[in-house]
Amino acid sequence: MDMPSPDAGALARRPALLAELAAVVARDALISDPVGLRAYECDALTAYACTPLAVVLPGSTGEVAAVLRICHAAGVPVVPRGAGTSLAGGALPTADCVVLGVARMTEVLEVDTADRLIRVQTGRTNLQVTAAVEEAGFFYAPDPSSQLACAIAGNIAMNSGGAHCLKYGVTANNLLGVTLVTMEGEVMEIGDGHLDAAGLDLLGLICGSEGQLGVVTEATLRILPQPEGARPVLMGFASAEAAGACVADIIRSGVLPVAIEFMDRPCIEACEAFSGAGYPDCEALLIVEVEGSEDEIAATLRRVLAVAAAHDPVATREAADADEAARIWLGRKSAFGAMGQLGDYICLDGTIPVSQLPLTLRRMSELAQARGLRVANVFHAGDGNMHPLILFDANTEGQLETAEALGADILRLCVEVGGCLTGEHGVGVEKRDLMTAQFSAGDLEMQMRVKDVFDPRWLLNPAKVFPLAASAARREAAA
Amino acid sequence: MSAGGEDRRGGAAPPPATGGPPGEYFRREEMRRPETEADLARMVALDGGPLLLEGGGTRAVGRPARGRGLSVAGISGVTLYEPGALTLSARAGTPLAEIEALLAGEGQRLAFEPMDHRGLLGTSGTPTLGGMVAANATGPRRMVAGAVRDAVLGLRFVTGEGAVVKSGGRVMKNVTGYDLAKLMTGSWGTLGAITEVTLKVLPAPEARATLEIPGLDPVAAVAAMSAALGSPFEVTGAAHGDLGQGVVTLLRLEGFAPSVEDRAVRLARMLEPHGPVRRRLDGEAAPDPWVAVRDVGPFHGVPGDVWRISLRPSRAAEAVARIGGPVLLDWGGGLIWALTEPGRDLRAELAGLGGHARLERATPGADPALATFPPEPAAVARLSRDLRARFDPRGRFATGRMEPDTAEQGPRPGGWRSPDLATADAKSDGPAVAGPATFGRTT
Repeated sequence: MDMPSPDAGALARRPALLAELAAVVARDALISDPVGLRAYECDALTAYACTPLAVVLPGSTGEVAAVLRICHAAGVPVVPRGAGTSLAGGALPTADCVVLGVARMTEVLEVDTADRLIRVQTGRTNLQVTAAVEEAGFFYAPDPSSQLACAIAGNIAMNSGGAHCLKYGVTANNLLGVTLVTMEGEVMEIGDGHLDAAGLDLLGLICGSEGQLGVVTEATLRILPQPEGARPVLMGFASAEAAGACVADIIRSGVLPVAIEFMDRPCIEACEAFSGAGYPDCEALLIVEVEGSEDEIAATLRRVLAVAAAHDPVATREAADADEAARIWLGRKSAFGAMGQLGDYICLDGTIPVSQLPLTLRRMSELAQARGLRVANVFHAGDGNMHPLILFDANTEGQLETAEALGADILRLCVEVGGCLTGEHGVGVEKRDLMTAQFSAGDLEMQMRVKDVFDPRWLLNPAKVFPLAASAARREAAA
Repeated sequence: MSAGGEDRRGGAAPPPATGGPPGEYFRREEMRRPETEADLARMVALDGGPLLLEGGGTRAVGRPARGRGLSVAGISGVTLYEPGALTLSARAGTPLAEIEALLAGEGQRLAFEPMDHRGLLGTSGTPTLGGMVAANATGPRRMVAGAVRDAVLGLRFVTGEGAVVKSGGRVMKNVTGYDLAKLMTGSWGTLGAITEVTLKVLPAPEARATLEIPGLDPVAAVAAMSAALGSPFEVTGAAHGDLGQGVVTLLRLEGFAPSVEDRAVRLARMLEPHGPVRRRLDGEAAPDPWVAVRDVGPFHGVPGDVWRISLRPSRAAEAVARIGGPVLLDWGGGLIWALTEPGRDLRAELAGLGGHARLERATPGADPALATFPPEPAAVARLSRDLRARFDPRGRFATGRMEPDTAEQGPRPGGWRSPDLATADAKSDGPAVAGPATFGRTT
C-alpha cells in the first residue's frame, strides 16, 4: 500500500512544533518519545504501521482547538484517533503527522431521560455510554462488536453499525448533535437535542466522514428505553441458499427482528471447536433475535419458525431462558477469536442486497478457490452487511498479498451485485483505492469538494478515503 | 414533449430574467418539465437560472422563492422494489401515492410517515418522491422510525454545473464515502436536482391502537408523552392538541394485534397518574387523528402564519407559554406547530430555548424581513454557503428558498471557482503521486 511521501519541512520543524504543543496541553498529554509513540503507530488494521511525529491527548475541546490551530499554522497533517479500533486504517498515522487522540475525554456531560438523550465527550467508549443510562432503563443502540473498546469519536467518524441496526439503525440515526473543531481550530455546535437540522444536514454529512472534516469532541446521542426482553432462535440449513432465502422471507413476512446473523460451514465448525456452543452440523446457520414482552417474543418466534419451516431447516433451537440465549450467542460472539485460532485472517465488510446473498456466496467461494485460499462467512444477514474472513498464513511469503487481492475481488463482487465496499468499518486506507469501483470520478469530485469546504488545506487525515491519485492535486496544492 | 421547455425557449428568446422582485414566480407555462435525467442535466447546464425546482409543487413553504420553474414530475417511475430486502428505488417525479400503493400491496410502508403539505399550504398538485426528499417531509413516527433522511439509502442528483452524481446505494448499511445523500435530503432544491432515490421501507403493522388523555395542559402533556416514550412499549406517536373535539394528548401503538392489545392495557395503566386515559376507537366514521397530526389539520384554511418549531421536548411547555396561541405538539413535544398573526417574529420570541423555527406558511404581504429558514451561527452559515458554492458554483439553484440572501444572483459568494468536472474526470485517471512511500508492514 502506498502513502504520500512525508513532508520534509514538517519533519524538520518537529522540535519547534513539539515546543508549541507542549505549551497548550498537560505535561503528560504530549507523547514524543520513540517508545511512547510506538503504541500509536497503527490501529486495528495491524498490517500497516508508521510512527507519527507526535501524539497529543488533549483533555478538553479548548485544548483540541489549540492543538489544531498550531498544526494548521505549521502545515502539519493531523490524524484524529478515538480508541484506535479501526479495521480500515482510519487512524493510521503518517510520518509527518500529529496524532490527535480523544481517549482522555470521557466525561458524561448531560443525561436527560425526559428528552431521551445523553451528551458525552467522544473519548468515552460505546459501552460506557449505555452504562451511564442503563440504571434509568435506557441504552445506546448502535453496538459495534468492538463496543467494549471503541470510542464514540470513532463511531461517529465511521458511522458505526452493529448487530442490531436492522431495527435501531446506525450511528447517524442516533446522533443528535456534535461539537466539531475544524482543522483551523474553530469550534462549532451542530445540532443539539432536537431531532432535525435547521438548515442543511451537516450532521449527516459529518457522521461517517472518517475524521476528514473536523474533530468531534462532544456528542449528543439518542438513548432508547430498554426492551422488556429479547430472545434468539437458532436455525440450521442444508444450504447457504436456503438460509439466504429464509432471511428474505422472514423480512417479507412483516416481522422485524432486531438481529439476523448468518454463519457458513467453515465458520460454524471453527466456532464450535472454539466455544463448544452446541451448534448443529449444517451448511449455514441463522440466529434470529426478537424483542418485546414474553408473550410478544413467543408469538414472534413462532412466526419466524413458521416462515423458516418452508426452507426445511435441519435443526432449530429456541432459547427457553437467558442461559440458552447466551449459549446461542456464544459461538457467534466468539467467531472472530475462533477464526484467529485457524490462522491469520483479513476481515472484509462489504454490503450486498439481501436478495443477492446466495449468488454472492457462491461466487465468493469460486473467487477464493481461484486464489487458493479459504473464506469463512459470518455476518449481519438482515441488512446484507457481510464479513467474509479470508484465511491465510502471514509467514508464507506472498500470502498476505494474495489475501488482499482476494479481498479486493470480493469487494468488487459486492459492488457488482448492487452493494458497496464497506457497510460499517469505513474506507480508511484499506479500501481507498477501490473507491473507483463504486464511484465515478465525478462522484468522488463532489465528495472531495466537501472536504475542500471543511479543510481547504487537506491537513485532516488527508491520505484516506479517496484514491491517492484522485486527491493528489488537492493535497499537493495545499502543501 | 421531451425537453420541450428547452426547445420552446429557442435561440431568440430572451435570457431568463435576472432582475424582478424577489418572490415573483415565472408564469406557469414557462415551467420546464424534462422527461429524463439527461434532459434535466442539460437544462441545468445551459440555462441561466435561477431554477426553482419542484416535484409536484405542493411544498412551497414559507416566503416565496423565485426562479424559472423546473419540474422533475416527468422523470417518473419505480425502478426497483425488493420487499424481501426492504428497499425501493424510484425516480424523483414518481407520485408518492403510487409508491405507497405499491408498498401497501406487499404489506409495507414508508415508516417515516411523510407529511402532505397541501392542506396546510393550500397547494394542489401531486406530492412526489423528489419533493418529499428535498423537504425531508417527516411525520409523527419520527421519534422511532427516523426522518426521511434516515430512510434514504442513496440518491442521484444533478449539480448546478449539470453533472450527474450518485451517493450512497441500495443497501441498508453503507459507509462508503461521504454521505452526500443526507446532505441532499432536506436541501430544498438548493444544492442540486434530485433525480432518483432509494429508500428503506418497513413492514406495515397489522394493528394499531391510540390512547388519549383529554384536557392536559402543555406541561402535563409533555410529561405524559415523555413517560410513554421512555417506556418499553414502543410508542410510535405522541401528539397533543385540539383536533376538533377539545384538547387531547394522543399516544399510538403499532404491531401484531395481540401485542398491541397487551401494550395498550399496560401503557394505559402506566399513564393513569397523568390523567384519565381512554382508548380512541379507530373507525371509518372518525377521521384518522394521526393524519390530522401529520398534516397539521387544525390549521388548514385558518388565516395566519404557521411556524414549525423543532426543539427539545422539555422546553416545549415554555415555548407554548411564550407563543400564547393555538399550537399542535408532535414528536412528544419535540415539534411544535404554531399559528400566529401575520408577521409576528416568533423566532425572536423563542430565543434561548434552543432548537429552531421555520416559517412554514407565510401570509402574503406580511413582514418581508421574516426569513423562512432560521439564520445559522456564523461558522455554520459559512460552511453551508461554501457547500452551496461547490455544489452550485453558478448559482443555478440560488432561488432564495433556503439561503438567507434572496437577492443573490450569478456566481456564489466566496470567490471559489469550480474546476470543470470533465477535467476532474481526466485528472483522476492520471498518473499516481510521484514518489509514494511504501508503508512498512508489521509481522
